[in-house]
Amino acid sequence: MTFDVEKIRQDFPILKEKIRGKDLVYLDNAATCQKPQSVIDSIVHVYSHDYANVHRGVHTLSVRSTDKFEGARTKVKDFINASSDKEIIFVKGATEAINLVAQTFGKANIKTGDEIVITAMEHHSNIVPWQMLCEQTGAILKVAPINQAGELIFTEFEQLLNDKTRLVSVVHMSNALGTINPVKDIIEAAHAKNIPVLLDGAQAIPHIQVDVQALDCDFYVFSGHKLYGPTGTGVLYGKQALLEAMPPYQGGGDMIRKVTFTETEYNTLPYKFEAGTPNIADVIGLGAAIDYINSIGMDVIAAHEADLLHYATEKAQAIKGLRIIGEAEEKGAILSFVLDKIHPHDIGTMLDSLGIAIRAGHHCAMPVMDFYNVPATARASFGLYNTRQEIDVLMNGIESLIEVFG
Amino acid sequence: MFDDLRDLYQEVIFDHNRNPRNFRIIEDADRKVEGFNPLCGDRLTLYLKMAGNVITDASFQGSGCAISTASVSLMTEIVKGKTEQEADTLFKQFHEMTTGKDEHINLEAIGKLAVLAGVREYPARVKCATLAWHTLDAALKNQQEAISTE
Repeated sequence: MTFDVEKIRQDFPILKEKIRGKDLVYLDNAATCQKPQSVIDSIVHVYSHDYANVHRGVHTLSVRSTDKFEGARTKVKDFINASSDKEIIFVKGATEAINLVAQTFGKANIKTGDEIVITAMEHHSNIVPWQMLCEQTGAILKVAPINQAGELIFTEFEQLLNDKTRLVSVVHMSNALGTINPVKDIIEAAHAKNIPVLLDGAQAIPHIQVDVQALDCDFYVFSGHKLYGPTGTGVLYGKQALLEAMPPYQGGGDMIRKVTFTETEYNTLPYKFEAGTPNIADVIGLGAAIDYINSIGMDVIAAHEADLLHYATEKAQAIKGLRIIGEAEEKGAILSFVLDKIHPHDIGTMLDSLGIAIRAGHHCAMPVMDFYNVPATARASFGLYNTRQEIDVLMNGIESLIEVFG
Repeated sequence: MFDDLRDLYQEVIFDHNRNPRNFRIIEDADRKVEGFNPLCGDRLTLYLKMAGNVITDASFQGSGCAISTASVSLMTEIVKGKTEQEADTLFKQFHEMTTGKDEHINLEAIGKLAVLAGVREYPARVKCATLAWHTLDAALKNQQEAISTE
């Protein structure tokens, strides 16, 4: 399939916005991605024509709404190649998915003295839920170290796996560094010791073709808004046998089969984990986002982004006083950097005045900032609609602001 | 190229960022308070030397963006020789200026600090400018614990 980025850009209405009088150059895709017209239209369409509560009524609209909502589940299942719709739990985002696993699987299986292994490059959302669980259970959180390039030190990771380890929870692709972890090897090493593995795919999902069966991961989590879909949508994939054995997360409507005041019988998968009215319209919008991605092809998107990253990295390396944070061999479309004597927040404000949106801060990964001994970094992150010309605008902006700061 | 930003990044700010004033530790400080902005990681330690209720010396250590560095640098200059009450009045005037609550603020009264008035147009950056002053406020109230903008 040929890739025409100018044609793609036409699909995203927000890219026509002027920011402070300049053309928008949106390079904050790792925080959230912009939405194609088809996703926006799908939400408008649901509320205009198909909306009612799901799994409830016999009336026509409820049936239509349910069909579309469950249709989105099938799209997600196919997208990550899960074996059944029952393995796809809708949540509000990757964060909630991890918390769900911590509070259900975690509480049922992790006891005092047990260990949970994460890495030093995790987002706060894959640190704090485990710290909370450790506080509740007396379990211990173990952190596998990274090297200066921002890569997991695999031998040290392996050494952390022992007969007390109950779960490995690692990021598929780091939001602060761009590092893509060797997840296949991680899973093999953990499974050799019968340890289940959760992959935090929040950052990986728009960049990498994910096949949960080929990976053989036990849990995979991601957010819809980073996949060009609506906010408030997220997915927990879990192997069916694991999900069946887990206690429910929240109690309420839809997650029950039978309720009396003395006992409650829980619903089957996936509804057991979906208490209350779900985010119907946005989940349908997530389905539209997956349709959109599929219409282009993940391999085509990945090739385009690899080209952008390569181009941006070469240009950035040529700028004196610029230091790239995160230089892993296997890396996704993220360029995190610092400038000598110029704080990332000043970089962010200066670039904003040129219409360029980047992220400046700790990227919800304070331990990563501590590791590199920086308070924050500036981060440009690329998506399928970005262009080499936009990277030129970014690099010119960086060179100019270095001049201004003197 | 950055014409739009002239109000925010005035030359005085670049100057104080490049060469922060009173960037040192006062070993026998009477007041020492840490200020922290968890949103951006800016961190500073403010030192005050007092004689009665007069601030005889002020200094700081830490790292931050140009706005926060210039703000704390300018502040340490201006509060030297001021009484606690005068410094408190400056804090209130500065706060009003940067948060834009008072359109008719007397910029002359706060002198050089007026160069930071531009932040009111950049809500994301107001806390960069006010961190120093909230830290001073804590020091004037003789609080010992670190303060945070969040």
